[in-house]
Amino acid sequence: MSVMAASLREVKASYAFIERNFNLTKRYFTWEIVFMVYSVVQALSILYIGDSMGVGPAAIKGPALARVILFLSIGALVWSYLSTVFEIISETITWERWEGTIEYTLMAPVSRLTHLVGTSLFGVAYSLLRTVLILGILSLFFHIDLSHANLLSSLVVVVLSSFSFIGLGIMAAVLPLLYTERGAQMTYVISSALLLVSGVYYPVGVLPGWMQVIGTVSPANYALESIRGAVMNGRSVVDLWPDVWPLLVIGAVTIPLGLAVFQRAERYAKRTGKLKRSG
Amino acid sequence: MATEYALVIDGARKVFRSGKRSGRWWSVLPGQAPRTQKEVRAINDISLRIRKGEIYGLLGANGSGKSTLIRLVSTLLLPDAGSVTIFGRDVVKQEDEVKRMINRVSVDAAFFKKLSPMENLLYAARLYGVDPAHARREVVRILNIMGIKTDRIYQPLEKMSRGMQQKVAIARALLTSPILLLLDEPTTGLDPRSKKDVQEFILRVREQHDATIVLTSHDMDEADRLCDRIAFIDRGCLVREDTPLGLKRDYARRHGMGEALPSLEDVFLEVVGHSLDEDWADEEDDDDQTEMEGAP
Repeated sequence: MSVMAASLREVKASYAFIERNFNLTKRYFTWEIVFMVYSVVQALSILYIGDSMGVGPAAIKGPALARVILFLSIGALVWSYLSTVFEIISETITWERWEGTIEYTLMAPVSRLTHLVGTSLFGVAYSLLRTVLILGILSLFFHIDLSHANLLSSLVVVVLSSFSFIGLGIMAAVLPLLYTERGAQMTYVISSALLLVSGVYYPVGVLPGWMQVIGTVSPANYALESIRGAVMNGRSVVDLWPDVWPLLVIGAVTIPLGLAVFQRAERYAKRTGKLKRSG
Repeated sequence: MATEYALVIDGARKVFRSGKRSGRWWSVLPGQAPRTQKEVRAINDISLRIRKGEIYGLLGANGSGKSTLIRLVSTLLLPDAGSVTIFGRDVVKQEDEVKRMINRVSVDAAFFKKLSPMENLLYAARLYGVDPAHARREVVRILNIMGIKTDRIYQPLEKMSRGMQQKVAIARALLTSPILLLLDEPTTGLDPRSKKDVQEFILRVREQHDATIVLTSHDMDEADRLCDRIAFIDRGCLVREDTPLGLKRDYARRHGMGEALPSLEDVFLEVVGHSLDEDWADEEDDDDQTEMEGAP
């Protein structure tokens, strides 16, 4: 088989994961609604906390309050997007173990790159659609001021930050491969830690120094800084470069490293019989 | 590479080591030795050769090593020693080529249960590079032959009986046209009718698809009926291998039975020393508290 034909075959195979995940989303639609309600309520709660700064003796009003609402909206939406991308990719193995299909999928003649690319493409498309829906619902409750937004810059940063979260997701997906139950628990811990240190709902400057140091390796930190700069201040990608290049570096390091670690972990699982357990 | 053998296993060994962890958080890291260790020799120096077109039976009690052997052939486990080749391709060194030649049906029909048979089988077809339009037609054709009505093909698998799910699992394997089909207890737990349907389908697959089939089973009558040759596996070792008739004649000759033939179960009991119903230690102890030794 020529390299061209083999590549085409792999591209077609990657669609298998997109279609399968789409079908699963369709079949678990009730759960999708439940998770959507949860995400919307969580985001609205945060925005109402922000809105409460407009009442009381030390109240802030007008444009200042609008900026607080916008700051929090960006945090809620970007975190919703990035954490969903991370979750879908990091649960690649957990989901298969739960369904009992892990051996079947890993036995199929597709490369792990194809497997993870398919999962990542679905993750990005699904998370983007979900985030747009949440934005639409939030707009019904709050005036989200996008009049200063540089939408092109925002889009570029969303794409770049997706790469870094895909890389992190692939690395986290290794854990359930190595540790049948604890691995899934560990991915939640990683996700929670990222939420805490990345300045999702507050500037990282309010964190203790040691947390700020940890925050420097979180791609969400740079993604949020950049997107806030683009949406709140209309900055271009060039202006945002100090926060954009770390995203590029994290993506360039974590994706190949994640793949290499995943392949090695798969070999370890095959050597020790870890693939068998499906519960 | 032309070869008369579909599958050659040469001196294969597989040992699982497991043990309780110390409870310290770092004990979960790969490479940290467990506090107590248990060693299970799941496959102990097994060698066998299966000719192209054969139906080859592996008979043994639970924990005897049958499923581990199937997993070694399926590329789901790496042998500690020895080699496994499929039509001349090594399962470790030429894993990708091997994966295209095989498919496996396990005792538990491994599916996305919320998805329909059509959705599950289309997923498999895409993974194996089968044209989706062709696959859609084949799914309906194969499942209809197996007695599954067309309207059931589009409903979630979780609404189907285990027998029907197992038929879908066999259909999935056939859809990818494997030249070596690994059937790991495909009829265990099925009702008599489903069992008979699946057995007849296995014979039809061999005739129509020119496939070589490795079948593990608990059912002596099934093995006797379907298999060209049978191997008895006990505690990770291959203890006897012959045609069903050869095994029975040998027993009859040694016991002076004349023209009468014993049942395959009698032969198994004599050779192995215990019945198929006796279980041995789990081949792959995978309690979550026990982590296998070794680093990736």
